[in-house]
Amino acid sequence: MSSERIPIQTAEKLQTLMFQHYMGAKMAEKSGGKIAWVTSGAPVELLHASGITPIYPENHAALCGAQKLGVPYCTAAEEKGYSRELCSYARTDLGCIFKGDSPVGGLPKPNLLVCCNNICGTVTKWYQVLQRHFDVPLIYIDTPFQHDEVTDYAIDYVLAQMEDALPVIEAVTGNPFDLNRLDRTVELSAQATDLWREALDLCVHRPSPMTSFDAFVHIAPIVTMRGTPECVEYYRAFLEEMRQRVADNVAATPGEEFRLGWDNIPIWFKLGGLSKRLAQHKACLVVATYTDAWAVDLSAADRTDILRQLSKVYTTVYINCGMKRRLQIITDMAEKYALDGVILHSNRSCKAYSFGQYDIAQILQDRYDIPALVLEGDMNDSRSYSEEQANNRIDAFMETLSARKH
Amino acid sequence: MLHAGIDVGSANTKAVLVDDEAVLKGRAIMPSGVGLVASARQALADAIKEAGSTPENVATIIGTGYGREIVPNKTKAITEITCHARGAVALFADTRFVIDIGGQDSKAIALGPNGAVTGFEMNDKCAAGTGRFLEVMARALEVGLDRMAEAALSAKRPATISSTCTVFAESEVVSLLAQGEEPAAILAGLCQAVAERVHGLAARVGVRREVTMTGGVARNAAVVRAMERILGFDVNVPEDPLIVGALGAALIARDMRLRGNQ
Repeated sequence: MSSERIPIQTAEKLQTLMFQHYMGAKMAEKSGGKIAWVTSGAPVELLHASGITPIYPENHAALCGAQKLGVPYCTAAEEKGYSRELCSYARTDLGCIFKGDSPVGGLPKPNLLVCCNNICGTVTKWYQVLQRHFDVPLIYIDTPFQHDEVTDYAIDYVLAQMEDALPVIEAVTGNPFDLNRLDRTVELSAQATDLWREALDLCVHRPSPMTSFDAFVHIAPIVTMRGTPECVEYYRAFLEEMRQRVADNVAATPGEEFRLGWDNIPIWFKLGGLSKRLAQHKACLVVATYTDAWAVDLSAADRTDILRQLSKVYTTVYINCGMKRRLQIITDMAEKYALDGVILHSNRSCKAYSFGQYDIAQILQDRYDIPALVLEGDMNDSRSYSEEQANNRIDAFMETLSARKH
Repeated sequence: MLHAGIDVGSANTKAVLVDDEAVLKGRAIMPSGVGLVASARQALADAIKEAGSTPENVATIIGTGYGREIVPNKTKAITEITCHARGAVALFADTRFVIDIGGQDSKAIALGPNGAVTGFEMNDKCAAGTGRFLEVMARALEVGLDRMAEAALSAKRPATISSTCTVFAESEVVSLLAQGEEPAAILAGLCQAVAERVHGLAARVGVRREVTMTGGVARNAAVVRAMERILGFDVNVPEDPLIVGALGAALIARDMRLRGNQ
């Protein structure tokens, strides 16, 4: 086993693909193509099936964050009166709009907005602001929170809204909505999410062929491009490389000794620092609820009523579900990936993702004997992250795990 | 041979030396200041002097505290969570919970029956409920830090302090004084507020007996009494709570050396 970290080759392809994604949208804007701004949990297949190019302000914000540009854009939004308590993705993107630039030269203007509140309540107001700013139609899909078992009436309710969305899309494109094309799009989405799932599953291997930090980066196409052939092609290459790494026993964390899980959105501006810190402790993040959330099951078996399938899939995403399901998912992960501990990022920006984490940590420790660390931070706003304190917590947590092992 | 633990904290740097039999041989405390490396060196030199020994006799050095990485000639850096736990168990064998209130942060540490850390919590990015908070308030009330507890304990009842924010509480104190509140009652209220805040942290981890309080604030009897009132039972307070982290580090240094020699 090499002591050097071997980089993931597909990363180069990823850069090109993401560049093409943002540039392609800008070209589309210039040539009269239609653009929609969408939330990360929106049923994007409806748009791809209509020839509308979706753009994800959240992914764009993460991209700003990873380039350590979150704070200047957040500040621009704060200067316009937006509270520092507001989600840093929202502030980053509103800041980009107010400043009129971004690392990709600003986003192309939307012809349509699609907002689904399966990821949080903030998007409701955020997209209303966008609607006022751009004066374009807004499709709003309300997905009731799933406290326990998924109910049929909740799915009926979401389905009715999906059906109502179709005429709005038709008005934007000027063409009738094509359900056959939707079927092909969902098939492409299903292929991509299956490939993503398979690649993530390979991390059960010891040593793990990638860390969740790698997955946080390679998640971009599944978020922004699912439903396209390019996305499927990308994950085919990615999966192949991961399989080869497993075959060659390549360790993403050389000398991997500890296997950890991660909860919540990454701390984008600290990906490198945290990854190095954990690597020093020979700890590998092998699974994350965040990357797992996009490995949804769109299997063909459920595709008899395609709009209903989409309604169900998008209503039951991880953060639209109650504590019981979250805990189940995390404990299943702990078993499947043989975790030594779990880090729960208490994300100041994302209340919807962060609620209940202290209870989850306690239950993991008391009931399942899995040590858990709650790490305070923020996905994009580095002012809400205290480096020394975070490092101290990580070091102390690793000492605890080490004492258990030795 | 001697084994050193050097705890470079936000306010003070502490050095402790133990011998092969784990007996404390020397200790030193000095302000951390801006030259952390120099403070660490000086603290160690002072402790060696107190032990009546020479630097060549120091076999192992463990750095702990915020400045743990900068400790010169260290064998290893270990967080103060692990070191405080070790130090507390050495002083009070039945310790199952440590409440450490230092200059800039407070910690709650749960221990298993074997003294190993099973869980911990630290204060968030803010100095509320820490030594710094009391320091600032003592200054605002023109009371020496060493006299603070005595004055607070003399109060008939504590004043209600609603903010534990070091900045906002200062203006609250000024406003209470303006309303004619007794300084002693305000001091008692401040000590109560610190205890409540830190207890909140401890409750998250799950308090279990026995509880040992460490860190500089454990020298403040008013905070300790307030904590005992909230907990409903007595806590252990070491004779010199400031050096518990450094003591733990020195003991870990000794263990490492002895294990290595086997």
